[in-house]
Amino acid sequence: METNQFAAAEELPKAKSRVKEFIKKFMKRRTAVVAFVFIVFMIVMALAAPYIVPYDASQADYSNILSGPGKAHIWGTDEYGRDIFSRLMVGSRTSLFSALTATIIGTIGGVLLGLVAGFFGGLLDSLIMRFCDVMFAFPDILLAIAVVAIIGPGMINVMIAVAVFTVPSFARITRSATLAVKQELYIEVARSLGCRNGRLLFVHVLPGTIPSMIVNFTMRIGTAILAASSLSFLGFGANVTEPDWGAMLSQGRNYLNTAPHIVLFPGILILLTVLAFNLLGDGLRDTLDPKMN
Amino acid sequence: MAETLLEVKNLRTEFKRDKSWVTAVNNVSFTINRGEVLGLVGESGCGKSVTSLSVMRLLDPRNSRISEGQVQINGKDLLRQNKKAMCKIRGHEIAMIFQEPMNSLNPCMRIERQLTEAVLLHSKVSKEEASRRAYDVLKAVGIPEPKMTLKSYPHQLSGGMCQRVMIAMAMSCEPELLIADEPTTALDVTIQAQILELMESIREQKNTGILMITHDLGVVAEMCHRVVVMYAGRIVEEKPVKELFECPQHPYTQGLIESVPKLGSNMTSLPSIPGSVPDLAVMPKGCKFAPRCRYAMDICREQEPELEATDHTGTRRCRCHLLHTGRQEVNQHE
Repeated sequence: METNQFAAAEELPKAKSRVKEFIKKFMKRRTAVVAFVFIVFMIVMALAAPYIVPYDASQADYSNILSGPGKAHIWGTDEYGRDIFSRLMVGSRTSLFSALTATIIGTIGGVLLGLVAGFFGGLLDSLIMRFCDVMFAFPDILLAIAVVAIIGPGMINVMIAVAVFTVPSFARITRSATLAVKQELYIEVARSLGCRNGRLLFVHVLPGTIPSMIVNFTMRIGTAILAASSLSFLGFGANVTEPDWGAMLSQGRNYLNTAPHIVLFPGILILLTVLAFNLLGDGLRDTLDPKMN
Repeated sequence: MAETLLEVKNLRTEFKRDKSWVTAVNNVSFTINRGEVLGLVGESGCGKSVTSLSVMRLLDPRNSRISEGQVQINGKDLLRQNKKAMCKIRGHEIAMIFQEPMNSLNPCMRIERQLTEAVLLHSKVSKEEASRRAYDVLKAVGIPEPKMTLKSYPHQLSGGMCQRVMIAMAMSCEPELLIADEPTTALDVTIQAQILELMESIREQKNTGILMITHDLGVVAEMCHRVVVMYAGRIVEEKPVKELFECPQHPYTQGLIESVPKLGSNMTSLPSIPGSVPDLAVMPKGCKFAPRCRYAMDICREQEPELEATDHTGTRRCRCHLLHTGRQEVNQHE
């Protein structure tokens, strides 16, 4: 096809070339690639953990409590003799899953609000954006604590709390992207062909706002992990018996002097995961932003 | 006689500026018959595009309003239609082509989806049927590889191709009226000719009425049957195209025609109309063109001339005081 239809092939490069170009550019950002690999590893771990970890995550072993990292337990054991490595890996399930769910819910909410605000403008816009401003005025974690305080503790409620404070930032980003896309000629063309508002909004405006969302979405997952862990640390989140990063930190606190490894490994894992999501976000932004090249 | 397709009567469109309303289009009336091409000519900012957007009712209701007039298509008053009915009319009865083909297509959607969208919106056909129609219209507008083009994104097409796709989109529901807002301005000359030819052949086949908005008098001479010249939101002259070029009556039209460069002439500098279009909010009293007019008389600065019919059918109209005062002599002086 490249030989006999030379002219046509030149005018119509394959649609995939854009994706290929993106991957090529992204591969140049070494840190982002490492972060991406780490995240993929964590996700695989979270999915497979219960079947591959060396010990049962909630199996107590009283002959082996508070033992440091060693051959039998590579990252040591906690005060009930439970294997920390196994608990962390199994716990990544709750942490990643809750953070991801909360971010997705928050994103959907924020995007809807932002789209409506940006597209229709006027009073509706002012109402939505002032509401978001009020939410912005609170520090994230304080807002989450307030939400949990109202609806009660528990993993699902923690997710709701995290989702709630994810909403305003997405609403704001989507709104500004919507304002820009709304001005585009192709929106007017679609209107001139008889598209109604709903169709315009979701079929024509929404896809145009997605690039600006990808980066924020990635970064927000990191924030959500941190927030969910913080809430668990404060005792609002997961049941104490369930393995959860934040809860493990919280329990390990009592043994900080005698067995620092109990908090050290969960801490490091939270740090690395959050860092990885942020670095991935940075890398994506650099790759997606045409001005950076 | 030919059947009237679009009739615009005393259209007045206003824009909000700092809490007061500024008139952008004032008392504009014209008609388009089936299969006829009407040119709408004038400088930037004279209200050509606003007129077309008023016809389509695409202006933002928050900062603009159509305060007077009627826009009738097939006897239906568009200004009285509700939103839902208007959405049915757009694309189905009136379609529009815009100035910048590269920006007219949604960059996130394949051509196929954009082409089928209008068809699916306006007629109850299956997706397969819509795709087949998309293929047919693409072929009809002279795209060399319709199958490949359907699967591609707008950024993979050239400007001329985009405009062809855009015309295909506009024609896919076989509208009776096509509004072309400077359809060739962003294209290079060879492509321009092809696009105009394409529009002409569509008009012949489907008997579509075309409102051709342009500031390019070459396009006007090529395509249009009748021409309406606008200045500062008003119609200043209306004539069949041949007469417009041979004996323009209004000084503004004369200026426009003179300022077209002519090949092979020994002009050292191109004649132009001095000054620029007045600001909508601070219009001169009297004739709006008087400050730039070389024949301006005292009465021109005092009293705005009416748009008068200059023949008994009313297809020739002119808005100038010179019609009454020895105008012929002025012409002969040149």
